[in-house]
Amino acid sequence: MKPAISLALWPRFVHRALRRAFFAGIVTASLATSAAPSGLPTNHPLNKQAPDFALTGLNGQMLRLSGFRGKVVLLNFWATWCAPCQAEMPVFAAWQHRDAPRGFQVIGISMDDDAASARRLVERLKLNYPSALGDAQLAARYGGVLGLPLTFLIDRNGLVRARYQGETDVKTIESRVNALLAEP
Amino acid sequence: MSSGLIRATAAFIAVLASPCLVLQSAWAAGQWPAPPAASAFTIPTAQLIQPDELNHLLHSQGDEKLLILQVGSRMMFDQAHISGAEYAGPGSQAEGLDQLRSRATSLPRTTFIILYCGCCPWNRCPNVGPAYSLLQQMGFTRVKVLYLANNFGEDWVNKGFAIEAGH
Repeated sequence: MKPAISLALWPRFVHRALRRAFFAGIVTASLATSAAPSGLPTNHPLNKQAPDFALTGLNGQMLRLSGFRGKVVLLNFWATWCAPCQAEMPVFAAWQHRDAPRGFQVIGISMDDDAASARRLVERLKLNYPSALGDAQLAARYGGVLGLPLTFLIDRNGLVRARYQGETDVKTIESRVNALLAEP
Repeated sequence: MSSGLIRATAAFIAVLASPCLVLQSAWAAGQWPAPPAASAFTIPTAQLIQPDELNHLLHSQGDEKLLILQVGSRMMFDQAHISGAEYAGPGSQAEGLDQLRSRATSLPRTTFIILYCGCCPWNRCPNVGPAYSLLQQMGFTRVKVLYLANNFGEDWVNKGFAIEAGH
């Protein structure tokens, strides 16, 4: 009886295998296309020209990245609900105070949904550098901001030279900032 | 002045000065102490679901429909979210929890719900813990929370799992 049962099950087994293979193909194809939906570039601008932007800062003044050409720019994406961001930001403010004479500039981009809460945090932390509210379009131009904190270092020529995603030892960032400041 | 009074005064000054010393040493080390968060740790391990597991579930579910709710930032949701997911408001804010409550209130309490955020490293996420807690209080019995160790970009998008952009 055993062989007979196996033979009887064979077509169903083949059917299942074919169905799984077909399904796997569909899944693979869908994943390949879904990984980069429209509006979400997967390429970060590392070693490329930093995408320029002009935003109204949280202080009401225009904030244009290209206006800082000639300086080493630390571009920091943050949010009020991001605890590691709030650990970094006072450190960046200290660097801004210390290294501004050497041509260093910090720019903050808040990924909060509303400006009021972002403005409150800027005031509470007494940040001495400009911040603006970002948006999904700007985030997409920087390769997507799908986790915070996210920091880019831009050299004096406007080239993105480093990207730091997530909690990063500030000393690592600082040594890279110093190296860029030492460049002509 | 008695020696007892001197000792008490010295102890009082030491208590006052200790927070300053902590901050000073943190500053000297170039790293400020992080604000406390860790609300995600309130979620029982048994209620977590791994990205690979959810991805498999999305492609193998039968008649039962999963309800996937993003409880983090709207701006991040607009950039990319899990295919089929809905935005339910940031779990760390009262307005966000109100939005989640109104979305869930008419649902059968046996609805299979997946919550996720991925704004920050898991141990820093302020959103998933309160959102999970609210659904528990509302009586939902089948709630899982997606464990994103680093963030949504690294642990879901970069793995090539299904996403959509926009509202």
